[in-house]
Amino acid sequence: MTDVTAAAGAHGYFQAQARWRWLEIVFWLATLLPFVLTPSYLVLASQIAITALFALALDLILGYAGLISLGHAAFFGFGAYTAGLISKWGWGEPLSGLLLAGIAAALLGYATSFIIVRVSHLALIMITLGLCLLLHEAANRAGWLTGGDDGLQGVTMWRLFGRFEWDLYGYTAYAYSLAVLFVLFLLARRIIHSPFGLTLRGIRENAGRMQAVGAPTRRRLRVIYTISAAVAGVAGGVLAQTTQFVALETLSFQRSAEVLVILVLGGAGRLYGAIIGAVIFLIARDQFSGINPQFWYFWIGLLLVVVVTLLPNGILGGLAQLLAQQRRKKSS
Amino acid sequence: MNAVPASGPALRARGLSKNFGSLAVARNINLELPQGARYALIGPNGAGKTTLINLLTGTLQPAAGQIFIYDQEITALKPDARVKRGLVRTFQINTLFPNLTPLEAVALVICERRGDAPVWWRPLPHYRAAIDQAFDLLSKLMLDNVCHVPTRELAYGQQRLLEIALALATEPRVLLLDEPAAGVPREESGKLFNAISALPSDITVLFIEHDMDIVFRFATRIIVMVAGAILLEGSPEEVANNPQVREVYLGGKQHG
Repeated sequence: MTDVTAAAGAHGYFQAQARWRWLEIVFWLATLLPFVLTPSYLVLASQIAITALFALALDLILGYAGLISLGHAAFFGFGAYTAGLISKWGWGEPLSGLLLAGIAAALLGYATSFIIVRVSHLALIMITLGLCLLLHEAANRAGWLTGGDDGLQGVTMWRLFGRFEWDLYGYTAYAYSLAVLFVLFLLARRIIHSPFGLTLRGIRENAGRMQAVGAPTRRRLRVIYTISAAVAGVAGGVLAQTTQFVALETLSFQRSAEVLVILVLGGAGRLYGAIIGAVIFLIARDQFSGINPQFWYFWIGLLLVVVVTLLPNGILGGLAQLLAQQRRKKSS
Repeated sequence: MNAVPASGPALRARGLSKNFGSLAVARNINLELPQGARYALIGPNGAGKTTLINLLTGTLQPAAGQIFIYDQEITALKPDARVKRGLVRTFQINTLFPNLTPLEAVALVICERRGDAPVWWRPLPHYRAAIDQAFDLLSKLMLDNVCHVPTRELAYGQQRLLEIALALATEPRVLLLDEPAAGVPREESGKLFNAISALPSDITVLFIEHDMDIVFRFATRIIVMVAGAILLEGSPEEVANNPQVREVYLGGKQHG
């Protein structure tokens, strides 16, 4: 009898992991608030949604599979240029353009994944960084195609679903960015609670042991790297479509580093860390750079040092720990 | 071609050799383990026992020689492909998943074995059979009451048991145990070996162990390695009475 209930506990454990919590539902409802509360900040809000999606892509490989990348902007920028060019060449339909941006980034991710899974640690950081620099310089040189340093001009989008104008206040832009973020968040959530997601965590924890229990670790890493590249590409695509412009900066080292900072601040390996990190980082930048634009990196540097020192699992990790302590106190 | 043949010895090695620089760590090693055997692999420190396991499981590539599982050659296969053929090992130093719970870790291995691991669209709770199996296995190894505790928080002895549980979850045909009781107090290592000897009799087991009481209690055959070569293979009596073994190994340095 006891065995039956204990085994039921084992099932309950996995069910509880995958279940939607009320806090999550509240969180997603709260993302609609900017429409009513701060309609003059919708442009910023869509920037946040796009950056959160980019950080979510990084979280899939860094937080879950343990692959560090300092060059993930390669896929973000590649997706942005793909979406931008498709529209510039005469096809301005947003959703199909975005799909193509994701596919293009996925192909680039798959091609590079063969090198990525062969290396680790410092070599991995250097190779991802190198690939990103390579692409940045190529886009800079190919001015006839990309507009070079001036960025890609002449991106014009058709109405969303043939109905919604891309208004100046960013109503459509934020609704679009938020919807894309939400859909891909659902996908990511699905992945991490699947057997494949558990395998990824196993590889992060101990790749050698994974091989010793029969897992083809490199193949698994190639799959998640490709998925992550696709998500990053879609994020870049949304940026290109909603701003109707692609800056060379989308491929820059700075953007790669920024998304890493955002994920570490928010907390890697917990999906929502990517979103929380993006919210804090971009709102802080908006506020601080209003005071003194030159000085703003001072504050972000300070925040990074404090968070990493005091909360090694990021802001969200710290909150989770606090909640667990409270619960333990209550139960004892 | 990949159908499971049941003929031939469970594990066979022919002429395995390997050098680290000028040091020969494996010299022309020949092995033949019949199905269901309980072999102990003994020898002084640095004799090449762990290296032999690394060679057999594919962590290291031999310079020469061949390895067979039930007459199927596996010399060129990667470690994970050898596991799929039934050749599985454990590690002398805990090689676990620190932030996963035992239940997650064992369920993960079972999903891998059943071919469910690439599935990303279906949530884990759907895999009821795999979770049940994981829980059963943990119960057999007395880990059911800690199955939700992160591995890093387990007692050392429990981690040693989990080390074996992960290997068993692959449903091995040949199990290579590298000092399964390393670091476990003597009174507990007996318990651990009781769990090992309770394994199904069709699983072939080779274990490295320094404690001679345990070796003579649980092994049906003993292989003695010295300086990268096999000195002798025989029954416990033969090994105990062999003057060469006494001189090189038992006489030289006391273990346990």
